[in-house]
Amino acid sequence: MNKKNSMKLGIYVHIPFCVRKCVYCDFLSAPAGNDMRQAYLEALKKELACEAENYRGYEADTVFFGGGTPSLLEARELTDCLEQLRTHYRIARDAEMTLEVNPKTVTQEKLVQLRAAGINRLSIGLQSAEDEELRLLGRIHTYADFLQTYEWARAAGFDNINIDLISGIPGQTTAAWQETLEKVLRLRPEHISAYSLIVEEGTPLYEHLEEYPKLPDEECDRQMYRETKQLLEEQGYERYEISNYAREGFACRHNRIYWQRGRHHTSDYVGFGLGATSMVGCLRWKNTADMKRYLSLCHAGDIDALKEERETLSERDCMAEFMLLGLRMTCGVSAKEFYDTFRMKVEAVYGDVLKKYEKYGLLARDRDWIYLTDAGIDVSNVVLADFL
Amino acid sequence: MSQTEQSRIRNFCIVAHIDHGKSTLADRIIEKTGLLTSREMQEQVLDNMELERERGITIKAQTVRTVYQAQDGQEYIFNLIDTPGHVDFNYEVSRALAACDGAILVVDAAQGIEAQTLANVYLALDHDLDVFPVINKIDLPSAQPEWVKNEIEDVIGIEAQDAPLISAKNGIGIEEVLEAIVHKIPAPKGNIDNPLQALIFDSVYDSYKGVIVFCRVMEGRVAKGTKIKMMATGATAEVVEVGYFGAGQFIPCEELSAGMVGYLTASIKNVKDTAVGDTVTDAEHPCEKPLPGYKRVQSMVYCGLYPTDGAKYPDLRDALEKLQLNDASLFYEPETSIALGFGFRCGFLGLLHLEIIQERLEREYNLDLVTTAPGVIYKVYKTNGEVVELTNPSNLPDPSEIDHMEEPIVSAEIMVTTEFIGSIMELCQERRGRYLGMEYVEGTRALLKYELPLNEIIYDFFDALKSRSRGYASFDYDLKDYELAELVKLDILINREEVDALSFIVHKDSAYERGRKMCEKLKDEIPRHLFEIPIQAAVGGKIIARETVKAMRKDVLAKCYGGDITRKKKLLEKQKEGKKRMRQIGNVEIPQKAFMAVLKLDNE
Repeated sequence: MNKKNSMKLGIYVHIPFCVRKCVYCDFLSAPAGNDMRQAYLEALKKELACEAENYRGYEADTVFFGGGTPSLLEARELTDCLEQLRTHYRIARDAEMTLEVNPKTVTQEKLVQLRAAGINRLSIGLQSAEDEELRLLGRIHTYADFLQTYEWARAAGFDNINIDLISGIPGQTTAAWQETLEKVLRLRPEHISAYSLIVEEGTPLYEHLEEYPKLPDEECDRQMYRETKQLLEEQGYERYEISNYAREGFACRHNRIYWQRGRHHTSDYVGFGLGATSMVGCLRWKNTADMKRYLSLCHAGDIDALKEERETLSERDCMAEFMLLGLRMTCGVSAKEFYDTFRMKVEAVYGDVLKKYEKYGLLARDRDWIYLTDAGIDVSNVVLADFL
Repeated sequence: MSQTEQSRIRNFCIVAHIDHGKSTLADRIIEKTGLLTSREMQEQVLDNMELERERGITIKAQTVRTVYQAQDGQEYIFNLIDTPGHVDFNYEVSRALAACDGAILVVDAAQGIEAQTLANVYLALDHDLDVFPVINKIDLPSAQPEWVKNEIEDVIGIEAQDAPLISAKNGIGIEEVLEAIVHKIPAPKGNIDNPLQALIFDSVYDSYKGVIVFCRVMEGRVAKGTKIKMMATGATAEVVEVGYFGAGQFIPCEELSAGMVGYLTASIKNVKDTAVGDTVTDAEHPCEKPLPGYKRVQSMVYCGLYPTDGAKYPDLRDALEKLQLNDASLFYEPETSIALGFGFRCGFLGLLHLEIIQERLEREYNLDLVTTAPGVIYKVYKTNGEVVELTNPSNLPDPSEIDHMEEPIVSAEIMVTTEFIGSIMELCQERRGRYLGMEYVEGTRALLKYELPLNEIIYDFFDALKSRSRGYASFDYDLKDYELAELVKLDILINREEVDALSFIVHKDSAYERGRKMCEKLKDEIPRHLFEIPIQAAVGGKIIARETVKAMRKDVLAKCYGGDITRKKKLLEKQKEGKKRMRQIGNVEIPQKAFMAVLKLDNE
């Protein structure tokens, strides 16, 4: 374990508001009026202040404003938040500071202000370059709106931008998906997240699936996935996680904390705001998802009562998560790091599973590293479940 | 009670088609004879097993003794012996009838005579019982009592003009029935001073008293201390207690003498020693010969029962042991399946019996079971002269060693309204039935007589019969004998490995059809794996049908971030948990329900 004063921390701040809920979205987010927003930001500030003493020995390496649509907050509100963070937490000089942005929620001026306030990475939710698909998904913007936002962001000096894309949209053809990819590639973003659509229970898409055009079948879905990899790699993007691609040096540091946590227990993460999850040492908890409760508890300063679903991970849990999160990274997990972390050989713990899936060609080994093959990624749940 | 005069005892039963109101009439008789207050009355006193009540079927014979103050001023003892109401339990029915001197025939005023009515009434007449009819449900708008009376006289040939017209449900005409019992059912005969001769018609196991033997004393007497002997099984014991049947309870008395119906206990540990139909005699002064009609109960239908959770094997064994204490007709022996692990090959009187046992195991003993396809006993004649009685398809000898095989045949009677004769004959044809003849019962109904292979009727014949006759056909059968048949063993191969628990014996001509359906069904039940899985049906190594479960193409979580980890982990855990409940055959995981689904091939 590293010295306490150099322990790293990832900070996540949840902004649970959006202009309108998208049909596939199952995140904790909803449209809200100005009063609610103000009340929430007040509460959030209180939470940040109260919790600060628990993280005295940490230095935050990454800060991530996620949502919802955090970019719909006024520039002033966001800079206040950053101010509050800087007052109470040690934030590394070169920290990665990400803000999730949706087109049509920012102006050029706002972007300039945010850049000046220290935000140095944007994650823009585009999802598709086809307006018809955007409409179908319930997005509030067109491709042209996105282009505008992107140009403003570049002009404002953002040199680390992610674009979020979704494949497997109802009615989408492989040609249409390719079109989206090609359009985006022309913009040369530093990072691309390309998710295959998950129809989550409880979403409008799930409830009314039959009213939508047919979802691409599995074969088509996998073809899109393979094409994505091929096309992006040709253009200098490396796939470093199941759904994430980056040009060299631009892999998202914040998200890597989630997937690579557990290695020597160096990077903990803490989530502030409604429904945010934290993982510190072997402890995990999730803030309440009940807005009223969140507001009143923060107001009362009873931050401990926010923390729900507390669990203490056993050594075995930690090992399992080390594997099933680590294997999401295309580099995989390092046998040496496993040993350094748990003082047990990975073969001693998971020998049978490793052998079984290596035989099927779903896992592969390159000296120290164990990773999912391309075929393994396609059916990764089957493999990962066996580490539990 | 030893002084009760024989002349004032009436031992009788009620025979009826299912649903014609037998149990309800029994309830009314018990109620009206006054030994039971209304508060004591359960909905149906006689059917006291939960399952029996739900299915409306009496499984174990129940018996009740009541006292009736007749119009002639005398008190009469009524022993009402309830009989099981399903063809699976025909032998039990016959023994219960043998314990009676007369029977009440209940006929539904709207439905008239049905196949089971006939079967039961003939059975009663075969036992020389005096049968008198009552016509029930006369309150129904569709009741046609006069027509039913004529039908009874025409078809059965017993006097019916003065049959009581009743509604057991509404308590109409019950008094009349009680008087008819006194006057139309003869008092028992038998000499108290002769050596003891008592018929066992049922037994139950009680954890304190041991086996409680239900018997009808034909000759002599039995009391506490009598040394008794079961003439067929040879078991001996000393009587601890004798008594009669109160409403739902055992009431001890001094002795049971000729003509009486009651119970005895003798610290007997196993119902196998007290086989239904056996004769109890005095070990020191035995009677000359046993009562006629004893048969060793033969299981007709066999299947494998396996716990879904292999660790529950001892629990299943204990449960079967306990059930067998009360049910000598349940047979079981341990067997091992490559696919299903440790379990039991169980023998039953029929499919209903099988279902009842299975349900009781699951409900009363909390076991999750996998049942293999039920089969009958085949006789395999080997070239070396040996004869094998085959109950488990997996044990079929190599075809080169088989000279020929025989299958059990039943003679069946199907009562059906004339408009459905065509479709029922077609059904029997499909099931390899041999047409014996047809009798018109009266204008609109006919009794079809067929010989059918038992293995063709154990699956779903009854359901098919009902659906093809809009519920009107009724059905009864008796095991006839064994006949030569061209039978083959159908094997199922999953990913090229034979799954023993899915094999079954089938007639050569049905093999292809059954094999194809099995494959289709299994294809739907087996989840996709990482690789393609061929499902094949084979006869003697030759593939006759094939389906393929395609390989899984995609099973991946696109997203997993900090906030999702717990939820996604649960998802994976669920996935893993689901796998655990499956059976591993080679590399293939087969859900338990796949084994069950193939039992219901014909339901679509």
